[in-house]
Amino acid sequence: MVTSSRESDAVEAVVRMEYPRIIAGVTRIVRDVGIAEELAQDALVVALEVWPKSGVPENPGAWLMATAKHRAIDLIRRRDNYARKLGEVGRSLDDVPEPEATDADEIDDDLLRLVFTACHPLLSSEARIALTLRLVGGLTTEEIARAFLVSEPTVAQRIVRAKRTLARAAVPFEVPHGPDRSARLSSVLEVIYLIFNEGYSATSGDDLVRPALCEDALRLARILEGLMPEETEVHGLAALLELQASRVATRTGPDGEPVLLADQNRARWNRMLIRRGLEALLSAGDGPYSVQAAIAACHARAVRYEDTDWAMIALLYGRLMVLSPSPVVELNRAVAVSMAEGPGAGLRLVDALAGDPALRGYPWLPSARGDLLERLGRPEEGSAEFERAASLTRNTREKKMLLARAARAGWDRPPR
Amino acid sequence: MPRYLSMIRIDEQNAPSVAPSPELQAKMGALFEEITKAGVMLDTAGLTPTSAGTRVTWSGGDLTYTDGPFTETKEVVGGYAIMQCKDKAEALEWTKRFLRCHDDSGAVSAELREIAGS
Repeated sequence: MVTSSRESDAVEAVVRMEYPRIIAGVTRIVRDVGIAEELAQDALVVALEVWPKSGVPENPGAWLMATAKHRAIDLIRRRDNYARKLGEVGRSLDDVPEPEATDADEIDDDLLRLVFTACHPLLSSEARIALTLRLVGGLTTEEIARAFLVSEPTVAQRIVRAKRTLARAAVPFEVPHGPDRSARLSSVLEVIYLIFNEGYSATSGDDLVRPALCEDALRLARILEGLMPEETEVHGLAALLELQASRVATRTGPDGEPVLLADQNRARWNRMLIRRGLEALLSAGDGPYSVQAAIAACHARAVRYEDTDWAMIALLYGRLMVLSPSPVVELNRAVAVSMAEGPGAGLRLVDALAGDPALRGYPWLPSARGDLLERLGRPEEGSAEFERAASLTRNTREKKMLLARAARAGWDRPPR
Repeated sequence: MPRYLSMIRIDEQNAPSVAPSPELQAKMGALFEEITKAGVMLDTAGLTPTSAGTRVTWSGGDLTYTDGPFTETKEVVGGYAIMQCKDKAEALEWTKRFLRCHDDSGAVSAELREIAGS
């Protein structure tokens, strides 16, 4: 008998923990994530009814999985009979897997198929993010809505539409092999990276960081590491996120204002996450996430800001420019070069980017320029650049910080 | 997502002197793999006996050292796990599964604590 709230909490926790794997297992049978989610919900309802009376089974995950799969098989049998009555060729019952046959490896395989399905390139990136957080991360639509500052019906709509798109296109429930595998994996990694980034440097709203989203992304990356240990870029992404996350607590001050890398209290960087990141980096390769992780590791290894190996960072950004060239990467390279070789060298690279249409409206271009001008002893020009940067950001915290820097540069340059 | 420290407490003086059975090791290995693959386990390790440990105390301006074994308390920390979970109920569920790996003959307890500011 469930008598205490501890026991009912435990039931809820188990249900939540098992949810993604049940969805995955059932999807393999019914080949439709939408129907799988309904069947999983049914099984959960049964569990919440039965368990308080009979006690939680020894292996609640297996119980839920078996219950949901039985329902899935019933559904297919009904469809099969119906189709046969209509004289159509029904799906053979021999194709239906037995619900008992669920060893750990098989569950892992199903979960990985679910990850690839939720991150299918057919879907918009908003849809991929919402579906991945819902089905793999086990977040509620309410939690997703809160994290992305949109309404709950918006998220619910996104998920419903995404499921419909997948069903209509009859997207196979599989881990892709062959030529499109690497593109499909990139899509999965991108979804996790976007979730992390939205938490790490919120593009809008009042909060600069939303650590909960970072943690959800990190959990997804860790799960993926377990599911695809042979993929070096998965380890690269995990390493990158662990290392970035190690600094989350120090990226904002007591009033929520941003704190620059140079000014962060490194004693408060999370050593365990750094160690995990450096460890994951050992299994990383030479793809773009791995290179970014190597850059993050340079910062993590520097006990003081002055110890940062900027020459190495500049080199790594150079490599990143070859792998996935973008003006933002080049801007970062320019900043690293300015630290390694001096502000003049950095300014030349930044100025070469000035006309790039992709950076129009990007606040960190004028901000970097302002910083370089300040260091070159041209505070008035620097101040104007910070003001321009402030006018370009939509995040209120960033705007405040940039205006403060504008005022400071225009006033006098404080010694560092 | 909060982080939790689960400290495994054992009765060192009455602990079996033999190494854990292969069966226990296999169960534990499978569970640890599951916790890790769930993206939950951040760090875990067992500790060597307290006979190899030393307690250092700063009191009244003096440092004192006490070498193990620490026999004045029945239970000592024998290992730990750091987990990142959605909430305490989830951390308790994993802790429960860990304890259940052990056979029925002995006693082992876990003290679950949330890591501050995590």
